Amino acid sequence: MSVLVNKDSKVIVQGFTGSEGTFHAEQMIEYGTQVVGGVTPGKGGQTHLDRPVFNTVADAVKETGANVSVIFVPPAFAADAIMEAAESGIKVIVAITEGIPTKDMIAVKEYLSDKDVVMIGPNCPGVITPGQAKVGIMPGFIHNPGKIGIVSRSGTLTYEAVDQITKAGLGQSTCIGIGGDPIIGTTTKQAVEMLMKDPDTEGIIMIGEIGGQMEAEAAYWVKENSAKYGNKPVVGFIAGQTAPPGRRMGHAGAIIGGADDTAAAKMKIMEECGIHVAVSPADIGETMVKALGK
Amino acid sequence: MNIHEYQAKQTLKKYGVAIQEGIVADTPDKAVDAAKELKEQTGTGWWVVKAQIHAGGRGKGGGVKLAKSLDEVKELSNKILGMQLVTPQTGPEGKKVHKVLIAQDVYYPGESETSEFYISVLLDRATSRNMIMYSTEGGMDIEEVAEKTPNLIFKEEVDPKIGLQGFQARKIAFNLGLSGKAFKEMVKFVMALYKAYDETDSAMFEINPVLKTSDDKIIAVDAKVNLDDNALYRHKDLALMRDINEEDPTEVEAGESNLNYVKLDGNVGCMVNGAGLAMATMDMIKLSGGEPANFLDVGGAANAQTVEAGFRIIMKDPNVKAILINVFGGIVRCDRVAKGVVEAYKNIGNINIPIIVRLQGTNAEEAKKVIDESGLKVVSAILLKDAAEKVKEALA
Repeated sequence: MSVLVNKDSKVIVQGFTGSEGTFHAEQMIEYGTQVVGGVTPGKGGQTHLDRPVFNTVADAVKETGANVSVIFVPPAFAADAIMEAAESGIKVIVAITEGIPTKDMIAVKEYLSDKDVVMIGPNCPGVITPGQAKVGIMPGFIHNPGKIGIVSRSGTLTYEAVDQITKAGLGQSTCIGIGGDPIIGTTTKQAVEMLMKDPDTEGIIMIGEIGGQMEAEAAYWVKENSAKYGNKPVVGFIAGQTAPPGRRMGHAGAIIGGADDTAAAKMKIMEECGIHVAVSPADIGETMVKALGK
Repeated sequence: MNIHEYQAKQTLKKYGVAIQEGIVADTPDKAVDAAKELKEQTGTGWWVVKAQIHAGGRGKGGGVKLAKSLDEVKELSNKILGMQLVTPQTGPEGKKVHKVLIAQDVYYPGESETSEFYISVLLDRATSRNMIMYSTEGGMDIEEVAEKTPNLIFKEEVDPKIGLQGFQARKIAFNLGLSGKAFKEMVKFVMALYKAYDETDSAMFEINPVLKTSDDKIIAVDAKVNLDDNALYRHKDLALMRDINEEDPTEVEAGESNLNYVKLDGNVGCMVNGAGLAMATMDMIKLSGGEPANFLDVGGAANAQTVEAGFRIIMKDPNVKAILINVFGGIVRCDRVAKGVVEAYKNIGNINIPIIVRLQGTNAEEAKKVIDESGLKVVSAILLKDAAEKVKEALA
């Protein structure tokens, strides 16, 4: 099963012919992802990486039956690209672009709210279902098909967790990089919920950071609903235990705004909700192994 | 990006927000000229001398003073300009004052009592919508109000489809207890304020206090404006308001090398690719018995140049007793990063503190070999756990 993407996903790349789009499309194809084409306005009719280029997402969907789009469009045009994908019937939008203005994302969120579409990101590494489809910029080789689902706001820290899980001999069902911006399409809670409902996922790792209330919201949801899904173990880690308040730590969303969005507050809430908290980033894999009781 | 009070007020005024008028000056003589000019423009008899730094709580640190004569304007400006202003938000070292705003006195006596309010506009992350947060408790620290009397803080959400509506502005003015002329002025104030927030692509506006004067005008006495960095490309005029004096010089230098650096107070420097992993690495340093000296994200391109720039920046901090480099190579190959580290190390020469390099991901084994065979006093690690152990040993 897995969630969001699998071997049957038909993926198009928006910003296909740009340098980022080209490089990562090649990597995705090499991984075995079904990349069926791409969109670059004005370059429709050309062929790129042996795949057709379309002027619009609508054309791409019509000709290829694409249902997933990954977006590498520069920040100034990214919001427009996301809305075009949603309008054209794409079901899963993965927005990799970093640096989209908040005002644009408010409009995007509003526009998507009554559409049958899931957006992941922006400012994220993407989504991967190991052995089936890689839709994003993560290094494919560190992943192994398995039963652990991973949700994270970060890029390289996610790779770290993935690597620890692979080395522990567990493997991953689906890894979802939800992104580090203040406004994102899918929240921690929504991603955890997807994985909880996925029969192929037996344990969930959620990696958060300072700023916002998303991890707390997800933790409370786990507490309320976990029993319905067989009490799958959930492991949590929060980055930024040593971050000073009021300073932005790289990610636009990573800023401590009050007493309740510090790492300590989030870890406490997670613990109270029955989540296995890894205090050190070096112990994420080990904590999951223990939680599974293997 | 933060801007100064005087810049924020100029910006608000452009959008029709009524403000406490003022003129900025960088010498005591210019401050006197500004005071004379302001008297002509507004008829003010007294003046307020306000230090312009990017930090709140300026009054508490002695950075805001009332002057009752031109002599006092000169005297106070002389005292405030160049001072190292310490406020609850600057840290103990304070911030140097380069400019003062000479502002009109707005607390003059009149027919009614003056009153102060709090109004801010910001993103509500829970709803992904903008909201106006306001309170009758103006002129105070809003965090304190939120803690002690949360019932006195109101929120008004703005629907992105239609923007702020008149009925919402009226609701705000009613909730603030206003009537008559002051009510009408407040409605106008709120509508103009939101327009300014929206059209400047701001991340946060905080007007504290908003003053009802004794003749029932509503004006912004202070203004804190934080602009969305990601949107500055479409606001060239606002981008020019950046004041590098207000930023940490090392952080500015890091930015020029495309490094994201934040200075902290610890003893272990770190250099990491990716913001989340960088924060996690700082946490690990703490768990290993050290304190992180910085946050440093080298981004996607961890090559010899960025590593060298990173080394130089970290080593400017005399408190650093060890450096941990933590790179998870996905797209970027670890052996290349390792060669970059060796090259940078040799270029700088005379590094007398232990360096721990942890490279994991693509070609991690080859990378370890490069480090181990370099003959440099650099400790290598592949697993994060090992790196943590080695930091511990280095500090022992």
